[in-house]
Amino acid sequence: MQPTFCNFLVALLLCTTLLGSTVLHAAGSITLKTITPEELLQAMQAKNSAKRLLFFVGPRLLYTQAHIVGAELIGQGSTSEGIQNLRQRARNLRKDTPIVLYCGCCPWNHCPNVDPAYRALQELGFTRVKVLHLPNNFGTDWVDKGYPTARGE
Amino acid sequence: MICFMKRTLLIVAGVALVLIWIVLRHSSTEQKESAGFGPAPDFTLADVSGKKLSLSEYRGKVVLLDFWATWCAPCKEEVPHFVDMQNRYGGRGLQIVGISMDDGEKPVRAFQQEFRMNYPVAVGTAQLAEQYGGVLGLPIAFVIDPQGRIVSRYVGQTDPEVFESEIQKLLRR
Repeated sequence: MQPTFCNFLVALLLCTTLLGSTVLHAAGSITLKTITPEELLQAMQAKNSAKRLLFFVGPRLLYTQAHIVGAELIGQGSTSEGIQNLRQRARNLRKDTPIVLYCGCCPWNHCPNVDPAYRALQELGFTRVKVLHLPNNFGTDWVDKGYPTARGE
Repeated sequence: MICFMKRTLLIVAGVALVLIWIVLRHSSTEQKESAGFGPAPDFTLADVSGKKLSLSEYRGKVVLLDFWATWCAPCKEEVPHFVDMQNRYGGRGLQIVGISMDDGEKPVRAFQQEFRMNYPVAVGTAQLAEQYGGVLGLPIAFVIDPQGRIVSRYVGQTDPEVFESEIQKLLRR
């Protein structure tokens, strides 16, 4: 009777632990190479840092309101049109060009755009691609911090 | 010894359950702001069925203005709750209004039909988003009182019970 009860408790504990870890690791983008807003800002401000390209792979309406200074509007990474634009833009670039992709349309673990864009560049052979890690959204994690922002297209 | 093990395991299981409850409770990422707002900026747009949609038409009602998009997973999860709330509270003075941040109407129209959205939906503009302080991440929802004042702003997916509780209070006034 007692060992059965203990087994039940152990099973319950294992189940709850597993459930907990699934929730905590819900973000699907664990394989992406990322850069934090602070790291990107530092790199942008550093005089001797390598020139990198900034590609916005989110929706146009967000870009028009605000985007990182120097970022190019590519199109949504979740659409075939966006990926086509990205391939087109990357066509004449050296494969070792440093590229930072970003979106920030939704919380990080729900963003539909950065993952396919990152994969597309990897498939094309680009070796220095990073994704800007915006845990909440572009407004909260970049604009509200007062980091350099431009408007319009 | 077995009794001690039982007690320890019970405590550990209890702590694990509490931790999971906390994680689940906070898995909706909303940030609520409820001070410092003024009148809700009025706007007139054509909704996705071609009808005129003006915020001022709903003066006298409690309005839940939802900025969302078809490609936004948390927004999608919220929509069925809004449909349900519009059904239950529409007759008592609630009006939900959806402003999609999609880049075109086509996906919005399809989504509206698929989810049987029973409230007006229009595709937004950058200008409108800026009037509302910038919509630089979705979803964002505003609760507007019958006098047309913004009562609160929710950034991120929000527990439907939170909306419901606030709407009930405003409807009782």
